[in-house]
Amino acid sequence: MRPIVKYVITRMTSYFITIFIGITICFLMPRFVPLDPVTIMLSRIKSVARINPEAYQAMRETFLEIFGLKGTLQEQYFNFIRRAIIGDFGISLAAYPSKVNFLIAIALPWTIGLLATVSFIAWIFGNIIGLLAVYYKDKKISSALQWLSIAVYPIPYYIIALILIYVFCFWLRLFPLMGGLPIGFKLSLDFRSVLTIIYYSFLPGLSIFVVSLGWWMLSMRALSINLSKEDFVRFAKMKGLRGRVILIRYIFRNALLPQVTSLAMGLGTIFSGSLVTESLFSYPGIGQLFYLAISENDVNLTMGVVTLSIIAVSTSALVIDLIYPLIDPRIRYGGR
Amino acid sequence: MSIKILKSLKDNLYTLKSLVAGDAKLIVGLAILIIFLVMGFVLPSFSPYKSKGWSQVTRDVPPCWEHPLGTTSTGQDLFWLLTFALQNSLILGMVVASVGTFVGVVVGLVAGYRGGYLDGLLSSLSDIFIAIPSFPILILLAALFLGRIHILMLAAVFCLFNWPWAAKQTRSMALSIRERTFIDSASFSGIGMIGTIFGEVMPLMIPWILANFVNTVLVAIGAEAGLATIGVSSLEEATLGTMIYWALRYQAMFRGHWWWITVPVGVIVILFIALFLISLVVSERFVLGKDRR
Repeated sequence: MRPIVKYVITRMTSYFITIFIGITICFLMPRFVPLDPVTIMLSRIKSVARINPEAYQAMRETFLEIFGLKGTLQEQYFNFIRRAIIGDFGISLAAYPSKVNFLIAIALPWTIGLLATVSFIAWIFGNIIGLLAVYYKDKKISSALQWLSIAVYPIPYYIIALILIYVFCFWLRLFPLMGGLPIGFKLSLDFRSVLTIIYYSFLPGLSIFVVSLGWWMLSMRALSINLSKEDFVRFAKMKGLRGRVILIRYIFRNALLPQVTSLAMGLGTIFSGSLVTESLFSYPGIGQLFYLAISENDVNLTMGVVTLSIIAVSTSALVIDLIYPLIDPRIRYGGR
Repeated sequence: MSIKILKSLKDNLYTLKSLVAGDAKLIVGLAILIIFLVMGFVLPSFSPYKSKGWSQVTRDVPPCWEHPLGTTSTGQDLFWLLTFALQNSLILGMVVASVGTFVGVVVGLVAGYRGGYLDGLLSSLSDIFIAIPSFPILILLAALFLGRIHILMLAAVFCLFNWPWAAKQTRSMALSIRERTFIDSASFSGIGMIGTIFGEVMPLMIPWILANFVNTVLVAIGAEAGLATIGVSSLEEATLGTMIYWALRYQAMFRGHWWWITVPVGVIVILFIALFLISLVVSERFVLGKDRR
């Protein structure tokens, strides 16, 4: 067998094992926690309405059925895996009687639209600024930028979001404290709609942008400085190449590789990573949906979103590993 | 073997001493950290209030002489609440960092040094744990406990998802250290595998372990605060995250109680910058395998 084929097979196997184990953990967790969602749900209903015992039992049975909690552990598990494979997560209880798949399909474009765009813009800006910081490393502005990114990077993105809310929504009152769209806004394909979406998504976007920009700048700078000590760069200097040429054609191109990897990994985490931002800004994406699912104790919806994010993370890792030999010719799989 | 570890610790302490002198980043970071450590571990025992009880003081008082950071709408004094919160958050961070780093380093060292079948098993195990997205699983778990999860339970789950990162990096370092000549001399002189690993290989990694420890403290405190912000942490306990949660819950920002939300947010920002500065300096200064110039 050719080494590349062998590599792809091994990598695919580990991809499926990872997803399988992740989903299994998610399956087992609700079943080993002392509180069960059905009892919680029924006690909520009981607190507002009087129910006779037979009706209570019947409701309990129905909820167990809907949540896939009926039968022995093995039966439940095979049922769950079967449903996960065909991608059917049942009916949501928080937004009864919508299907989980439908809710996810509505929320998905919002999250991808905001997070993928912002991550990508931040990546481009971060790389360029990081590179410029290396080029002008003796200037004051470079060290000022570095201090700024050191100060911003370790701060969690939701803290940045809170600070932005405080400054822009409460203090300056420039932006609305609501992501997505104003209430009652009819979406159409014109310029005004686009502007409204951008206006309403600006703050959640900015909070993610600020943090990831700091990260990209720092890592680009660190990578470039490490690379500039390598022999091939010294050789280029001895050849008499100009600093700018060395920076772009020698250092930048090599530093870009790990940056591409990190970008792809980052894109994989957007479904889970955006949760706090989206719930703070009530932005109608996957994160908000997840928050709804958790606060309403909606097991099916929670499982749907968790499975989606596990698959997204694993898939992006898989894609990187598979396309890496295409973007980095130095990597050879298997063949020694 | 133990003498060796002590000696290398002593060497490292000397270098630490020479580092502290004259590095602004490290001095700033350490100074802030020490202030927070004192606030979290010394002051709580002097607190005139209980950590959990509500309605202990007049509500919604802005910062004044009696209440230096003001009070909350739940009737707690923010300054003393902050000391309890710092204590819990720092304990959580340090428990996760100690256990996660320890398990990770041991697994990584054994895998990297022994190699072979054991290495394959341990490496693929940690790869799988790295690939599983931990945040949604954490949210799921914490949500199942309805905001009443015990803080050490939270720490245990953080550890579960944290050790593989340390293991992966330790393994690659162990792989490179294994090839050096003094390791051969050690094993030829009859020191066993465990002795070689912990007496010869590990001391070289102490700076990295230190940096990883600090980083993990930061990650764990941040993760707890993130969970708490959306209301799925241990909400009865005072932590930096639950302080934010209650402030948001009572709309502190929009009711003009700026001090309530500013205090936990400000402390998190300052603490994280301090921790990051420390880990930055430690990892910058001790690059493994390169001589310090």
